[in-house]
This record gives sequence, C-alpha cells and structure tokens, in this order.
Amino acid sequence: MASEDVYILGINMTKFGKHKELDTLDLATEATLAALSDGGVTMKDMGIIAAGNLMGGPAPIAQMIQKQCGQTGIPAYNVSNACATGATALRVAMMSVKAGESDFGLAVGVEKLAGAGLLAGGARKDDGESWQRSGRFGAVAPVDGRIGTEIMPGVFAQIGMEYGHKYGGANFELFAQISEKNHGHSTLNPLAAYTKKMSLEEIMNDIMIAYPNTRPMCSANCDGAAAAVVVSGAKLKTLSQEQQRRAVRVAASVLTSDPFEEGCQVLPNVNTLTRNAAKQAYEAAGIGPEDLDLVELHDCFATAELVHYDNLMLCEEGGAVDFFKSGAPFRDGRMPVNVSGGLQSKGHPIAATGIANIWEVCHHLRGEAGPRQIEGAKVGLAHVIGLASACGVHVLEKSAA
Amino acid sequence: MADQIPFVEYLEIGDDPHLVAHECKGCGARFFDRRNACAGCSGTEFQKARVATQGTVKAFTIVAFAAPGISVPFVSAIVDCDGTSVRANLIHVEPDPEHVKLGMPVRLTTFSIGADKQGTEAINFGFEPAA
Repeated sequence: MASEDVYILGINMTKFGKHKELDTLDLATEATLAALSDGGVTMKDMGIIAAGNLMGGPAPIAQMIQKQCGQTGIPAYNVSNACATGATALRVAMMSVKAGESDFGLAVGVEKLAGAGLLAGGARKDDGESWQRSGRFGAVAPVDGRIGTEIMPGVFAQIGMEYGHKYGGANFELFAQISEKNHGHSTLNPLAAYTKKMSLEEIMNDIMIAYPNTRPMCSANCDGAAAAVVVSGAKLKTLSQEQQRRAVRVAASVLTSDPFEEGCQVLPNVNTLTRNAAKQAYEAAGIGPEDLDLVELHDCFATAELVHYDNLMLCEEGGAVDFFKSGAPFRDGRMPVNVSGGLQSKGHPIAATGIANIWEVCHHLRGEAGPRQIEGAKVGLAHVIGLASACGVHVLEKSAA
Repeated sequence: MADQIPFVEYLEIGDDPHLVAHECKGCGARFFDRRNACAGCSGTEFQKARVATQGTVKAFTIVAFAAPGISVPFVSAIVDCDGTSVRANLIHVEPDPEHVKLGMPVRLTTFSIGADKQGTEAINFGFEPAA
C-alpha cells in the first residue's frame, strides 16, 4: 500500500424515507456514529471532518455534528455543492489524508426533505404593481413558466429529450422502462424510501410532472444521512486484519465542474463534466468501464439515467438506448446500474446522496449486500451530479487483504 | 396604443422583433444575461449580436406541475437558432407530444403578458410552429 492510497474504513447510511421524530442532527449523528463503529474507530481518531446540509438544518453543520458526537478540536469544513455535496465532503476528507495532514477523515451528508415538493421553481414571486427591471436578464417580472421552466423535473426532461434528438430512440416508454427497472431493484433494498415494484403502465399513467417524467420517474424527496470514515493506506496497515479485509480502496476520486460550451448557460450540460470525470477516474484507477461490476449513477430523473450510460462510457457514444434495451443495466445484466433502486426509489436526501451511493457500492464489494448482492463484485463506480454543476466520480475496489 | 416594454432586456420589440445576445469579441460566445466577462475565454469585450428568429426544437418538456400562479400545461423548449441555443416557451401549439416534436421548425413571435398599473404592456417572446 502506497502512503497516498486512501481507503473507506467505515461507512453507513440511515434508512431513507420519512423520519418524523428525527431532526437533521439525529440523522447525521446516527450515520456518523454508525460509520465510526463500522470502521472500528472513534471521533478521537478523526483528523478532519467535512460535512454538508443544503436545506434547513442547523449551521455550521460540521460543528453541529461535532457538538453531538465529539468536539475534539479538529478542522471542520462545511461544504456545499448542490447534489454533489456528499461526494465533495468525502473528497475534502480524502484530500486531507492524501496530503498527509490526517490519518483518518470523516465525511457526513444529511438532509430533511420528506414532503418538500419542488426544490427549485417551487414558488414564484408575484408580479409587482408596475414593471420593474431586475436581475441579470433585466426581466420586468418572474421568468419561470414564461421563458421556459426552472423546475428540475423539466430541466432534466429536456436533457433526456436533447439526447433523444441527437441520437433517436429515446421516448416516453423507454424512459419509463428505466424507472421500472429501478423500482424493481428497490424491492431488495430495505433502506430505500420506496420498495414497491411498479409496472410500466403504473409508471406511465401516474401523475405527469414534466413530460416525459411522471412522478415515479422523479427522485424522491426524503430524509436521510450518510457518513464515511477514510483512512490512509499506511495507517490501515497498522489496523486489525478484519479492518483491512473490510476496507474498500478508493481507486479514483474525481470532482469536475462544467466547462463552457455553447448553450450550457441556457440548458445545463451535465454530459461533458461527467464524461471528463469518468475519463479521469478510469485513467487514475487503471481500468476501463468494462471492468466495472456495478454502477450507482445519478438518476435524479429517469431521463438523466439514460444520458449517463453514455457519459460514463458504459456504452459506445450515442448507444445508450441500445445499451438499455440489451438488458445490460438490470441487476442480472452484464453492467448492473442502480441496484439500490436509484434515487427514484431509494430516495434523494440531496447532501447525503453522494456518500450513500458509495455506501451501496462498498456494501457489494464487502459482500454484505444480502439478497441484492452482486456476486463476486470487485470494482464499482459511484457517480453524482450537482446542478450548475459539479460531478463526482469514485471508483472503488475490493480490498486485496 | 399603450406603452410597451420588452419583458427582458435581450428582446427587441417593434416591427422586427428579435433577440439580441452579448457576443464575446474574443471567442464569439453568446450570452443573454448581463456580463462581467466571458465564460469561454474570460474576455471582457462584448458586442451586440442579432439572434436568428427561425430555429429548430432540440429539446422540450411539457410542464404539468409548477409553482402556484404558473398556468400549466405549457411547453418549455430549447431552440437551436442557427447555432445559438435559446430557452423559451413554445406557443400556438397544443401542449401534447402528438403536436410538439423534436426537430420541429419554429419561429420567434411576441405577445403581451398584460399591463401594469400605469398601463404599460410587457411584451414577451415565444416560439411558434413554422409550417
């Protein structure tokens, strides 16, 4: 183990769903203490904490978590990177370990979102009594609904439709089939917010939010937290055989933002930054997409999952529709995608998601995923997108120990 | 006729309605918002550029669920106007997938969204099918 190697030593996600009795700190504490326990360490061992919470919890969240779990005086970083917040927190902890500043690092993401409705574009100001220019577009009144849409189901619907326009074959039924796959997968995940299998007809006939995304094709707002403990390779060598056996190697940890391209400020381009992150991750890990045993990708909407098959190079360029139709991304296919049920059924407590998807992959690499175990999984990829935009890609490898 | 003002600063109204972008003098990147510098090349020199009023729909969604006060369903689209991407509503078309198609040709049109207390009408733009 080279000293610059970083491992996930302990990791946990809470049950996602409605937690009426638990507040933000209850959830964050539950995940934090469980991740520490999973790694066989305590707060006293941690050299850094990085944490994120986007909607309504107490701030600064990292220090608030310390005040519940252990105030040890270590540096605390509060991170905010839209839906990539959890992955960003994890990267901050890992960078500290890689830089040699810490042996152990802790990352936490937490959110209370059950019943939250539309997270963007959920409210629009009333028009004033007289037209007054304001904002960067000099609009005389709110633009949402007057110059396109600002709601996420609509933005990501357009992203999926744009792919369909470019390559063909993507229609309402195909997007609904992707959702059907993920809802089917969720029945094996006891921590998912929704674990109900849904038929294609049920999905297509459910409430339309923004065509072609019906309600079950949208990520589920819910409560939840996830936390991870990372450790340097050198330090791991000094720990127990059991800790070494269960540790998961971080073969690549990449974060990108969206480079400028024509139109990217009109409709967010979630493609190029994901492809850039994937390329960097495969190169750093010394593997190709064909080496992956499972993928957890950011299916915030059914329309998003399709484009990321392509962006993560799970198929050839333009081949996402054929890739899906081949059965590859089903749990019994050659490249299982979102066996957790994905954000559409597992749920999307936004700041927790970028750690929870890594928990899912680790669970399989450790051989601890129970009935939904992907047998013999050795390498997995976790992908997350935060709009405006940030992309996190992690490649994880089963420990050789 | 009542006074009229464009809904957004990048819309020119009158006999020849069209959109005007801030075009970077360095790299040609186009923007519709007030700019400090160019996201493509960091240049700070811009000129006004007329955006084509004809285009094709390269992405759309039919929004059925939105904030209170927004009438649904409506069609939100990204229109490729001769290489410049424009976000707008599609109007004068039935908001259903039988009538709205990817790749359909559209053209810019304007309409009043109403008058304020002083009687000034705000004029917005949208795209309509160009048969």
